[in-house]
Amino acid sequence: MTTLNRRRFLHGLTTAACSAAAHPMLSTVTFAGSDSATLGDHRLVVVILRGAMDGLDLVRPHGDALYAGYRPTLSTSQGIDLNGYFSMNPDLSGLMPLWNKGEIAFAQAVSTPYRNQRSHFDGQDILEAGTGLDVPDAAVRDGWLNRMLQTLPGLTSQTAYAVGGEAMPLLRGAAPVSDWMPDLTLDLSAQSRLLLDHIYHDDPLFRDAAAEAMLLTDSLSQTTDNMAGAVSDNRRLADTDRLVDFATERLAGPTRIAAFSLSGWDTHKRQSGTISLQMRKLERVVTRLSTGLGPQVWGKTVVLAMTEFGRTVRENGSLGTDHGTGGAMLMAGGAIRGGRVMGQWPGLAEADLLDGRDLMPTSDVRAWAAWAMRGLYGMPRDVLESAVFPGLQMGDDPGFLA
Amino acid sequence: MTPDPSTIAFRFGYGLPLPAGTATTPKGMLDALTAPDIMAITYPGPSMDAMRPIMQASDDALKTSRRSQDEGEAQAARTTYRAHLATLQDMALTGATATIARALHAPDGFRERLAWFWADHFTTVATGRRDLGLPSAMLDEAIRPNLTGPFANLLRAAITHPAMLTYLDQTRSFGPNSRTGLKRKKGLNENLARELLELHTLGAGAAYTQDDVRQMAELLTGLIVGKDGFRFDKRRAEPGAESILGVDYAGDTLTPVFQALDDLARRPDTATHIARKLAVHFVSGSPDPTLVTAVAQAFSNSGGDLMATYAALLNHPATWSNTAAKARQPIDFMISSLRALGMTGARIIAMDATTFRRLILTPMADMGQKWQSAPGPDGWAEAPTAWITPQGMAARITWAMDAPERLVQPTPDPGTLMQTALGARATAAIAWAIPRSESLREGIGLVFSSPEFNRR
Repeated sequence: MTTLNRRRFLHGLTTAACSAAAHPMLSTVTFAGSDSATLGDHRLVVVILRGAMDGLDLVRPHGDALYAGYRPTLSTSQGIDLNGYFSMNPDLSGLMPLWNKGEIAFAQAVSTPYRNQRSHFDGQDILEAGTGLDVPDAAVRDGWLNRMLQTLPGLTSQTAYAVGGEAMPLLRGAAPVSDWMPDLTLDLSAQSRLLLDHIYHDDPLFRDAAAEAMLLTDSLSQTTDNMAGAVSDNRRLADTDRLVDFATERLAGPTRIAAFSLSGWDTHKRQSGTISLQMRKLERVVTRLSTGLGPQVWGKTVVLAMTEFGRTVRENGSLGTDHGTGGAMLMAGGAIRGGRVMGQWPGLAEADLLDGRDLMPTSDVRAWAAWAMRGLYGMPRDVLESAVFPGLQMGDDPGFLA
Repeated sequence: MTPDPSTIAFRFGYGLPLPAGTATTPKGMLDALTAPDIMAITYPGPSMDAMRPIMQASDDALKTSRRSQDEGEAQAARTTYRAHLATLQDMALTGATATIARALHAPDGFRERLAWFWADHFTTVATGRRDLGLPSAMLDEAIRPNLTGPFANLLRAAITHPAMLTYLDQTRSFGPNSRTGLKRKKGLNENLARELLELHTLGAGAAYTQDDVRQMAELLTGLIVGKDGFRFDKRRAEPGAESILGVDYAGDTLTPVFQALDDLARRPDTATHIARKLAVHFVSGSPDPTLVTAVAQAFSNSGGDLMATYAALLNHPATWSNTAAKARQPIDFMISSLRALGMTGARIIAMDATTFRRLILTPMADMGQKWQSAPGPDGWAEAPTAWITPQGMAARITWAMDAPERLVQPTPDPGTLMQTALGARATAAIAWAIPRSESLREGIGLVFSSPEFNRR
């Protein structure tokens, strides 16, 4: 147990901020481990990318002649070629050494079984890790990790939450109300800004006041540094670093499974700008875990970065993309057999798209996670298909573990 | 007339869902007001009786700390003084928790809104840390017991409460020719007299002159705060009769003072001023003229009976018109949000002081409404433009996004919350936006940030 380090606005203890898992500055981190040898030595780190990460921008199918036509602006920056057909987003360049060592892989055209509604909440529910069993009953939240804990006796869990990337152990029976100072800089995700624009659109009083508030906030954060936006970007990256370091510290000990989330992937507008910071965050998570865990532990680690669904194949009218279906996932770690883009690629021809707009999903993203758990911990297939991921059909082993 | 429950909750209460037992007709709302004020007993605030000995002890300690020649004694007195101030500050805070707990619990939200309205009409602000509890004491001792009687009773109680006498400098006013005035070479302070005419009764622009203000100030001399509270000190009272609005008030006692207050309460200008303020506060910044006339007439015809006045307000069709012309003040935003999240009066009372300040009072100050600190004796602004400002909205949105998960666990589903908090006021735009949030947190934030929630 790390010592409580109280900084920033957090002056007291709070309860499981489980539904708060998507707060950009407050996320839950759930850990599982065992005192006995139940889980062996392998580590699994699951990162939920909230907001629907654009898989076609993560791993770009530049070899498909249709790609550039669908995405006139998003395809302009030069990706990093992976295999002659797919290229990696340029903001992930720091992952190339790991790719070359076979410690990075991608799966394309994956999705949850969730279809047609394209709601973030419902989509995320399916991937939700949930809380550990260490929190007060009312705060327990269902999710795959939570269900796994109930299924496998002998596992211990701990739910922590992170504020500004600074993780705090959660104490059992803590008071339901925390002691916290709201920060008056309007720190909104790009998506929240869009939605606020929408609900204020027809009310000039609110529209103008809110627009000015956002403008003032932006200019404030810009004037604090000559390089516009650099401060807040650096702060966000630093927040991610602290979150990862906290997880790293646990994983170096008896913790075997860690789950947390990165939000901010809902790129409806000017995607090339917004997604750049997100990609750099993701890159940092992987490289920092790799360095922090050291060769021995990293060699037994699998990192899975998954999202609730993908985004439209076509760029929209505001240089972004809208909610889609098929997406991509990233796998990393010394315990994978990487250097590959996996999954069955459905193609981009109009007829191959789902509803003529989305990448056709060809595998269930949960199956990849289930195969990782089976491979790393030997969990029975029927437990994975019924208790941990109810209704999942794992299909054939995709064979991505080393 | 059967108004929509959401209109009752937004316009005359503290938000949805309406507590069990809330009346949903004008008649029911009026009947509820005639019942005893249970909330004042359930959630007591600070009283003058409780604070007075501590205020006295703090004054004594301060005096000793300043006058004592013995450095040790002076040091001890300073410590005692600070301890008394801390106690008084804690007592004052119960006024804030009580106000919010009552509003969350009360089945008759209209009573709570009226209490706020009249406390604002008779605004007082503490003039120092020692006096922080005074505005709350005045609410409970002068305002709430007189919400449903004649306006004249409310006026007498408000004007003579120590909170008012202190805030508007009446305690510094001396009849220039009174015994004390002559001895101490002190004179009039017109502050309370002026606001009494301009704000509390006749209204700015009514037919009174500077002479009336001065005569009123002379008449008010003698009202002081003594060791046991309000009293009349004949030695300070300006000798001789005063003439106000053409009426002579003779005798250096409290009787002519109350007579003058009663006369002011009956003036037609007062009826119009109060009627307009009620309509502006509850319904619209530019109210239907027939509404103001109807309420003013009810006030006049009943001799200033407040129940008759409220009845005219609630029974006028313009009162229920389908507008959202007003913006919720921060106090209203806060209580309505807490209610929609399921917070109860008991939870507010159980909250520790630091949490209460951080999650409730400080954010309200950020939204522009520092607790019991209206910018002047004219109280808080009524215009939506005064509240829906860049700073105000930044504070509301920040609270909406960040505070709910600190207050309740598990947090509600945003779609359900939209129904709970907005009722019939939910619109297609907000229903469209909520499912598109990236997280529960932001979905909840959108509900509380929406114009539909912030207008009333």
